[in-house]
Amino acid sequence: MIELEHVERDFWVGDETVHALADVSLQIPPGDYLSVMGPSGSGKSTLLNVLGLLDRPTRGSYRLEGIETTTLSEEQRAALRRQRIGFVFQAFHLIPRLTAAENIALPMVLAGIPPGKREQRVAEVLQSLNLSDRAGHRPDQLSGGQRQRVAIGRAIVMQPALLLADEPTGNLDQHSGQEVIALLEQLNADGITLVIVTHDARIGQRAHHRVHMLDGHIHSDEQDHAPA
Amino acid sequence: MRLPDLLQYAERSLRGAPARSLLMLLAMSIGVASVILLTALGEGARRYVIGEFERLGTDLLIMLPGRNETTGGPPPLFGETPRDLTIDDALALLRHPSIERIAPVSIGNSPVSFGSREREVTIIGSTSDFFPIRHIAVAIGRALPQMPAERQLNLAVLGWRLKKELFGNQRALGTWVRIADRRFRVIGVLDPAGESLGLDLGDMAVIPVASAQALFDNPSLFRVLIQARSKEEIETARKAALETIRWRHDGEDDVTLITQDAMLSTFDRILRALTLAVAGIAGISLAVAGILIMNVMLVAVSQRISEIGLLKALGGSESQVMRLFLTEAVMLAGSGALLGLLLALVGMQLLNRLFTDFALIPPLWAAPAAVGVALATGLVFGVMPARRAARLDPVQALARH
Repeated sequence: MIELEHVERDFWVGDETVHALADVSLQIPPGDYLSVMGPSGSGKSTLLNVLGLLDRPTRGSYRLEGIETTTLSEEQRAALRRQRIGFVFQAFHLIPRLTAAENIALPMVLAGIPPGKREQRVAEVLQSLNLSDRAGHRPDQLSGGQRQRVAIGRAIVMQPALLLADEPTGNLDQHSGQEVIALLEQLNADGITLVIVTHDARIGQRAHHRVHMLDGHIHSDEQDHAPA
Repeated sequence: MRLPDLLQYAERSLRGAPARSLLMLLAMSIGVASVILLTALGEGARRYVIGEFERLGTDLLIMLPGRNETTGGPPPLFGETPRDLTIDDALALLRHPSIERIAPVSIGNSPVSFGSREREVTIIGSTSDFFPIRHIAVAIGRALPQMPAERQLNLAVLGWRLKKELFGNQRALGTWVRIADRRFRVIGVLDPAGESLGLDLGDMAVIPVASAQALFDNPSLFRVLIQARSKEEIETARKAALETIRWRHDGEDDVTLITQDAMLSTFDRILRALTLAVAGIAGISLAVAGILIMNVMLVAVSQRISEIGLLKALGGSESQVMRLFLTEAVMLAGSGALLGLLLALVGMQLLNRLFTDFALIPPLWAAPAAVGVALATGLVFGVMPARRAARLDPVQALARH
């Protein structure tokens, strides 16, 4: 599904070059459940941005479902993000003036899907998230856990192959956090490839495939069992 | 992204910041409304002046003594003083079938007194035809009687304000007033309602032309008003009049003939230019509104950085983000323009009610031009903020909370 080969990402801060990613090679098979752990500044967010096609590697190769992404144009990368990748953020990033249903529908709006088809799919997603009665609520009328569930709904509404979650429980209490993790694992069980970036070891340990990062390098790459 | 979705998204984000959007709407609408109102004022003035001219009749020719056009060639060796334009010259014009009637005009200033009261006013010497030619009506009494133009007769028709100032509410008809050192009998008072372009019907008195020439000791006429039999015959009348005067003045073309049409088109040109100038000045306020839109859109972009990052993460391309922000800018400009149209309409209704004899009508091009310029400024000044939004790095945009 995902093949990273000798990926490097440099940033220039003043005269200094910072190697946020240094020679990272990683294989993520379809349906994988991967956690990326490490202290802050270790490059795990940069790795997630590269995986999500929001950032371009300085060197190296990134193939997503066999497509070499490093040579794609901005428009083509946007199209891939739209069709194949879902994002879940620590800060939810819901648009405050839109209702839960409208926030979930946003990727379909950007993709130009007609309203009738949109409504049907959004209703399905709301149903599966147990949020049908919150469809018309705006984000400020929802609890933190509900907001993150709406954000997850938005991430999966286009039925992507890859779900990227950046500290999805960082802004949540224990209970809501557990619910959100359970939801993400359920989606993974249904076949989606799940990548969670976290510095919470307890959450990270739940994944079958665990990567520890340190100073832009992959420090360890553990796998419980051979992927299906 | 589908067009209705694009419009809806832009509309909702505008509603999301109502104070900002309303301010911009206000700026744009004032710009559009001022363009339309000011051009309506200019156009109204033009129509008013043209209307006044047409009320005088487009079949009117005005003859002036002397040539005021240069024909080129060497300057004359001998001083060329034009011959006087006399009453006989004027009367000779009547022999042409294309000329309906004429009114010789002699003009001067003189004190008019009754008892101890005295006013300095314009004295017009003319004939009975002067009144119908200039569409001047008499309120009390009668106009100058039909009589040979060469005859001196001490009769006077007073302007309405002159009458009021000399006589108050007393009866003026039949009394004698003194004009310079002669006594004239008052036979009528002018009607103020017949206000005629370029002629103050209040402070004046009309007396027979021969009497005026004697009074001012000037045998030359100031003007001869010539009315052609019809509008079609005005060119024939002009040629006939020139020919007559040339023949009577020993082959010299020493008069100038002005047609009402020539004056009309001159005024028309001047007032049209004025309207355009005023529209240009009002257009500046539209440009200012455009700059305001740019400013506010830039603020909107910086306030919505994380939203832009999100849109990109969700698969929005650079061109999509750009289109979103451009749509917002144009939508603001467009609704501002519509509001401005409404404002202008209300303003015109109000002004038309206040000034009933001066109709405010915007020229046909004003509204579409104002709206077009408004939309164009929205687009032009929206490009910079929209590009800034489109080029935002999504990673950094999302990092801000």
